[in-house]
Order: sequence, then structure tokens, then C-alpha cells
Amino acid sequence: MMQLTGAEIFLESLKREGVKTIFGIPGGVVLKIFDVMHQQNDIKLILTRHEQGAGHMAEGYAKATGKPGVILITSGPGMTNVVTALADAHMDSVPIVCFAGQVPTALIGNDAFQEADNVGISRPCTKYNFLVKDVNDLAQTVKEAFYIASTGRPGPVLVDIPKDVSMNKAEFKYPDSVSIRGYNPTYEGSKWKIKQAADAIMKARRPILYVGGGVLFSGASQELRELAEMTQIPVDMTLMALGGFPGDHPLSLGMMGMHGTYVANMAVHYSDLVIAVGSRFDDRVTGKVSEFCPNAKVIHIDIDPTSIRKNVHVDIPIVGDCKRVLRELNNVLRATVNGDQRELRKPWWDQLNAWKQEHPLRYNQDPEGLIKPQFLIDRLYHLTRDRDPIVSTDVGQHQMWAAQYFQLSSPRTWLTSGGLGTMGFGFPAALGAQAAFKNRLVLCVAGDGSIQMNTQELATAVVEKLPVKVFIINNRFHGMVRQWQDLFYEGRYASSYLDRTPDFVKLAEAYGAAGLRIQKPGEVDDGIREALAINKPVFVDVPVDQFENCYPMIPAGGCNHEMLLADPPELQKRQAVGAQQDQQDQDTILTA
Amino acid sequence: MEHIISLTLENKSGALSRVAGLFSGRGFNIESLSVAPTMDPSMSMMTLVTSGDDRIIEQILKQLNKVIDVIKVVDLNESDFVARETALIKVHTRPDDRAEALRIADIFRANVIDSSPTSYTIEVTGDFRKIQAVIQLLQPLGIKEIVRTGRVAIAREPLRTVASQPRPVAKAN
Repeated sequence: MMQLTGAEIFLESLKREGVKTIFGIPGGVVLKIFDVMHQQNDIKLILTRHEQGAGHMAEGYAKATGKPGVILITSGPGMTNVVTALADAHMDSVPIVCFAGQVPTALIGNDAFQEADNVGISRPCTKYNFLVKDVNDLAQTVKEAFYIASTGRPGPVLVDIPKDVSMNKAEFKYPDSVSIRGYNPTYEGSKWKIKQAADAIMKARRPILYVGGGVLFSGASQELRELAEMTQIPVDMTLMALGGFPGDHPLSLGMMGMHGTYVANMAVHYSDLVIAVGSRFDDRVTGKVSEFCPNAKVIHIDIDPTSIRKNVHVDIPIVGDCKRVLRELNNVLRATVNGDQRELRKPWWDQLNAWKQEHPLRYNQDPEGLIKPQFLIDRLYHLTRDRDPIVSTDVGQHQMWAAQYFQLSSPRTWLTSGGLGTMGFGFPAALGAQAAFKNRLVLCVAGDGSIQMNTQELATAVVEKLPVKVFIINNRFHGMVRQWQDLFYEGRYASSYLDRTPDFVKLAEAYGAAGLRIQKPGEVDDGIREALAINKPVFVDVPVDQFENCYPMIPAGGCNHEMLLADPPELQKRQAVGAQQDQQDQDTILTA
Repeated sequence: MEHIISLTLENKSGALSRVAGLFSGRGFNIESLSVAPTMDPSMSMMTLVTSGDDRIIEQILKQLNKVIDVIKVVDLNESDFVARETALIKVHTRPDDRAEALRIADIFRANVIDSSPTSYTIEVTGDFRKIQAVIQLLQPLGIKEIVRTGRVAIAREPLRTVASQPRPVAKAN
């Protein structure tokens, strides 16, 4: 039997796992592995400019493809830089396998150069982690890492490889299967509970489906659609679920939660049966927990038992994979549903339609005024929707507007940082998705604050020819922070004003990417078309109304039916003064 | 309410810190914790004393089950169990107290395992209340130092075949 070095075993193992692309940056202790990667063509290694970029690219890749994203980085600072991405993936259940270099086993614990306790640092922000101490364990560990990352509730797994392990030789034998005695995810839901759920659904008068990211991870979109259509139950999506059910479907009420639609939040508050599917009752969704859906029975379908009854009381818990549970539930219902469901649900839908009409999403775009961020995003959606784009976002106001206005129709087209709320996520995530799908349109909606947290990846975009289109909603503020300061801190803008933002057009051009600026509402459509036509990475800088706020809004800890729908009057007054100043600033920028 | 949880976990480095980290990261209480290998050297057994309302205990059990290095979780409060703890108590003794110290040790069937002209070290094993009682009685003499093992617990075997047995919490991630 041939003896291979640890580095070669690493490569062969990755090939067996079907890995096509990995993201990373070399360093002293992983040079052997990079050297082996350099001499082969089966796996594409994308060199990023910062380990955090590599991490988010792997996340974008994983979210868009459904396959684990793979990271390869060095010890010490390489590892600490990637921690944010691991924590982000942990919160949002993204399958990631991160390989980190480590100082030689003999030096571990000696405070060696670029040593960090990788396993200790990553423990609370990974699903599991390994330190490989013997090259003979490497293949088995890689197999287990991919298995753990991609099964059950997916998540990030770290494999720490000391330098000597990558250099030493061992016989290579890749295991066919793994069995871990402490890890046996439950996939099939209890039939008895599913029957109970079906009964509850048949009895309910005002049911609502509250679906989360789990629907996407388990690939349950089809089953969800079948359930909704068969029973005519409206669908509320969380931020993470967008694309899991078609946003433009008549049964969709759009996004729910802090900045969800009026109808989505009213529906859940006044429902008598909440059917939670692959969602985890996050505080940004429930608002005040004690008054969340006060009159409803709750069915909760989730693969992670800890999600059930963590935040809210659940009447019918079903632990299992969303796809399999929904399929079974549909089977039971198909045999029971009788009569015209549309007729049965009419009173509920009358109410929902009334709420829809009462407070739809809205904005006022003055054709001569400043560009409203919602207008830009709305137009971007309409001009790209027939190309089924993949859309990534950063975190903040622009993220919420993108979530509100992009009515995505297919799964795995929405890349956003939900749980951790990581600014700087969007651009590298878009690059990761583009690396997986070279021919698809990949958009990134960013804010001027967020984009500055990872602009260095422009170099990666240019070198790797990843033509993502980045639209920077530029309000010269950390907009969501500014909105909270306006609403809850009497307009004292503590450190939220970005006095100097770079010239994003020049910045993009400096890296060899394209830069554009859209300055007037009348230029929006042409500007978007122009950007889409460029076969290069593009930064589109869009200076927008600085004081636009994102509504509806449930203030933190508020109830779901008590939404703010517009700026309160005293804020409007304050902002009128600010807007005038903004217009003057804009004029000076434009004439300069 | 106080719960005693018995955990079977992988006997490998990091397993203990995964459990400890879970408790600190999620703000759960640990009152005591004791851990040692089992007859199968690849596994260790941990007895963990914690407290919380039903909702918190449910979360603790589920979260422990989710830890990949944890093989089995049993909430001993679900059935009958026996719990024991050992304390080593170094008690200061003036000449006229020495007999009193021995008397107290005797009452509780404790052993004197070390002695010096001015102290006895007393080893006592028993349930939580017994240990508390010994400490209380020795206190007036002057306790110099106490070390305690933390509780270990084991489920009672049923007297009749139909009696309730501890129900392992279903292992599922």
C-alpha cells in the first residue's frame, strides 16, 4: 500500500468528498498542504485577501449550492480571523468544513510563533471540532468532519492540522461510512405527532405557516408549497427562509418579524394555529415572547430538539427533517382534506387581504428628489427577476429593504447573515456563490458601512473573474444604528455618521473592477442595466436619502401587532431639517 | 429545583470542556461536577448537579444530548437514585477538643485519616445532608480546610420487576 503524506491524504480525502472549490490563505504551518494543492487541477483553490473573506465566501458557496463550503487557513491570526465566519455559520446552520494549520504537535502549548488554541477558540462557535494528532487519523477525521457538517442541523466544523501531521506519511484508506455513537440525528418525525398536527390543521380557522431556514437546508420547498396549496394556509417567512417559498405566490405574506410586512405580523399574532417549520422563534421574529401569538396552538417541526420549547411553548413538537415530516404530513392531510379549502379559509383570507391593503409596503419616490433606497432595490428586483438572480446582502437597513422588496422565487438564491448579523458578509458571500455558479447573475445589496468591512475582496473578485454586481446603498450612515438613535435616543448620532466614505467608483477601479454611480431617480433603470451589462465585478455607488427609515418596525421587545409604520411626527420634523442639510451636501458633492 | 444528571461521554480531551462550556455559555448553573473513566476506558461517567425550573432543565437535557461527545444523558430525578459525596475536613484541635472531634467522627462513621498535634483530618462519606451536618458540628472546633468531591449518583435497581426505571432521555441531535 502506498504511503502518502498528510497533505496528500488531505487532498485525496477532499476529492473523495467531491469538493470542487476551497477558499483560503497560506501561512507557515500549512505550506505543505498548499504545495500539494498547487500541483493538482481537480480542486480549485481561491486565494482570498482576508481569512474572514474566505469564511464568508465558503458560506455563500454553501448556501447557494447546499454543499459544505471548505476553508483552508493557517494557525494563529489565520484562525482568529475566520472566527467571525464560523460563528456566523453556526448561528445560521451553514455547513462549513474549516481546515486550520497548527504548530507542530511537539510545540503545542508552548506559545510557539503563530500558535493559537484553535480548538478552544472555535469550540463555542462550531458544531464540532477536531485536533488531528496523528497522520493515521487524518482521513477518518476528514470524513467525520464532512459528515457532521452536512447532516442533522448543518453547521461549521473545524479540523486543526499540526504541521508535522501534514508532513508525516501514512497509508491512505478513505472510510466508506462513519458512525459516531454520540451523534444520531432524528430524520423521521413521530407518526403519532404528525397525525396530531394534521388534526390540528383540520380544526384550525386561522392557521399560519411560519417557515424558517430549515426549509431550505432540508430542501423542503416543494413539500411546503404542496402543503400550503392543499390547505390554503398563508405562509410567513423568516429572513432566513426567503426563497424557500415563492415570494410572489398568492399564499405568501412575505417576511415576518421586526421589519416584516404588516400582514405577516398581524397574521401570526391573530392566528389560532402556528405551524412552525424549520424555524427557531428568534427574538427578532417573536417580539415580546409572552405575547407571541397569544391565542394560537403551536406545532413546531425542527430537526434540532433544542430549538423546540427553547423560547416559546409548543403544543405539538415534531423532531425530524422538514422535508420528510412535511411529506408525511401531506400524505395524512391528502387523505383527510375534503371540500373546498378556499371556501373554508375565505373568512381568514378576507381578513388577511384587508390587512394587506391597509398597510402595504410603501415609499414615496419624488422623481426630482433624492433616490429612496427602497426605490433602487425595487427597481433592481424588477429589472432582474426574470434572470432568477442570487442575491446577497450585508446587514442593516438595506438588508431589510432587500428582504422586503425582492420576492425571490427559488430556493438558495438568498444569502444573508441572519443570526449573527455580520456586517461585511454580503460581498464575499456573493463571490462564493459566483464561484459556484459562474454563469448566474449574482447581486449584492450592501450598505456603505457594511461594504467597508470587506472591500479587500475586490482583488479576489478581479483575479478570479467573479463578476458580481454590488449595489451600495450609500447613506453615509450606519443606517440601522441611526434609525434606532432617531427613534430611541432622541436623534443623538453617536458614532453612526460616516463622515468620510471612500469614492467607491475609484475604489473599484483601483482594483481593476468597474465602478458606476447612480445619482438621480431618473438614472436608476439605466444605471442598473449598465451595471448588469458589464462582464466584470462592479461597484455601483448609489447615494440615497440619508434619513429614510425602514418600516414596518416592531421595536425590540414589542408585540407583533404593534408595529411602527412610519416616522413618528417629532422625528419627521427633526428629519426635515436634516434632509435639507443632506440635499446641500449632495449638491456640493455633485458639483465638486 | 435541584436535578442530578448522569452523563456518559467520550473519554477524550475536550469532552469535559464542551460540557462545561455549554453551561457557562448558556448561563446554566453547575453546583457540582465529578467525572471519571468507566469500566470501558473509552467512556467516562459524569455526575452533574444543577438546578432550574422545568423549562431550563428540559433545555439542559436537550443541549447536553446535542453535544456530540455526550453518549447518554439520564436525569436521575426521573426515578429513585442514591447519591454520595466524600469530604475531607481538616479540623483544628486544642488538647481538650481532641476527644470531642473523635466523638463526632465516630457518630457519623467518619475516619480520621491524618493527625497532627493540633489537627485531625477527617474523611466522611454520605449524602449531602450528612456532610452538612458533620461540618456544622465540627465548626465550633475550628475547621481549617475542607475539600469535597461533589456528588456522585447512581439509579437504584427496582425492587420489583415492574418498578419504574430511570428513563434515558432519547438521544437525538
